[in-house]
Amino acid sequence: MITLTDVHKAFGPNGVLQGVNLTIPKGQSMVIIGGSGTGKSVLLKCILGLVTPDQGTIALEGTDVTKTERDTFLARFGMLFQGGALFDSMRVWENVAFRLLHGAKALPKPQARDIAIEKLRRVGLTPDKADLFPAELSGGMQKRVGLARAIAAEPEIIFFDEPTTGLDPIMAGVINTLIREIVTEMGVTAMTITHDMSSVRAIADRVAMLHDGLIRWTGPVAEMDAATDPYLQQFIHGRADGPIESVR
Amino acid sequence: MILARFLAALGRPVLAALAAVGRVAFFAAQTLRHLVTPPFYLREFGASLLQIGWFSLPVVGMTALFTGGALALQIFSGGSRFNAEAVVPQIVAIGMARELGPVLGGLMVAARVASSIAAEIGTMKVTEQVDALVTLSTHPMKYLTVPRVLAATLAVPVLVGVGDSIGIAGGWLVGISRLHFNSATYLKNTTDFLEFWDVGSGLVKGAVFGFIVALMGCYFGMNSGRGAQGVGAATKSAVVAASVLILAANYVLTGLFFTS
Repeated sequence: MITLTDVHKAFGPNGVLQGVNLTIPKGQSMVIIGGSGTGKSVLLKCILGLVTPDQGTIALEGTDVTKTERDTFLARFGMLFQGGALFDSMRVWENVAFRLLHGAKALPKPQARDIAIEKLRRVGLTPDKADLFPAELSGGMQKRVGLARAIAAEPEIIFFDEPTTGLDPIMAGVINTLIREIVTEMGVTAMTITHDMSSVRAIADRVAMLHDGLIRWTGPVAEMDAATDPYLQQFIHGRADGPIESVR
Repeated sequence: MILARFLAALGRPVLAALAAVGRVAFFAAQTLRHLVTPPFYLREFGASLLQIGWFSLPVVGMTALFTGGALALQIFSGGSRFNAEAVVPQIVAIGMARELGPVLGGLMVAARVASSIAAEIGTMKVTEQVDALVTLSTHPMKYLTVPRVLAATLAVPVLVGVGDSIGIAGGWLVGISRLHFNSATYLKNTTDFLEFWDVGSGLVKGAVFGFIVALMGCYFGMNSGRGAQGVGAATKSAVVAASVLILAANYVLTGLFFTS
């Protein structure tokens, strides 16, 4: 379980997170929604320690993440970045097996390659893609490789940052389905940030809406449509009129 | 009021410059700390050694060759004013080994390597590859900075040594072909008057310049701004900072080595 308590983060005068309180239950898929620039990515990076919060605590299984050993903490996570963030100087299989090839528990190359190919297969990529470089793949394939890399070391928690951004609707659907399948079969805790409502409905067990640096609404995805929060309703129906200013 | 504003205008860039020096010094200290603590990424080190050392050899070699030749012509022409044409071999050798080899070699490596390191790491930063490294339990300083800094510190002295030899050979070629020196006499004068420390000091300079080049490339790459413009600015700053620091360090080292 990940618990965020009163998390604040500002960049200069811009207070991005202004007291976020949120609990992500173990084994559930939480999707954070919100408009562009509302701090969804900052929130995710705060949990991972890529950005240091100005105030508040973030706890994993009740332990403050700043007090845990960094490598052990990060070893529990997998992450799919918005742009894939694949290492373009490495072949696809080396990207997928990166964590398996480095660190104290590094595997021999052939074994790491076999695992990478198996993970590539799991995300729908054939073994002949393993020796290509990321630049030789389409956007959808790069997302799949990023997904394979995120799951390669069998993490307990996976973060997905805008997993369908830049993809056509069919490929977005494929990625959403893959994420849902992987989250279910691995039994991981997942946190996804997106503003794509089709992703929300496909991936989420629970939804939280971030607006003006605060969680406006949180609850099961099944209750989202019936919720009365005007901010949430404007967002999920994509209306220009409502409490959220369309020009931000 | 006007005086206060003037002082504030004067103080702002001074404070900014001091803060920048502090940040670079902190980055250098962090690099040195990570240099001596595991894990070590030998594959990255090897790749950096190849990139920085082997692939810089043509540009350093060509620079040294033409510089050695030009130096021979200049010394011959200038020396003829006071009947000192005969010192061409000795001055070419000492000039190349002590000054021109390390400085021009360092500057050429700065142009080629600092720019490429800053652009590569800057692009990795803006495309979240550096963040990805962190999430994969890999420290970016250890994985990106340390191998490059270590490789440059070791490779540039070798490049300087090779450059010295090629530069001296350039002077010899010009000496025997255009200035009518006897080949054997030219070579004897070169070896007789060249001392170990002439070469050794240049190699030490090379190591310092290599450290500076890679450190500046990594520092500006890691602190690159967003987008293509940010990476472009980081690349430019890395080359400018590395070049200026090489010239400044050269002055300090020359003072240390040769004025006592």
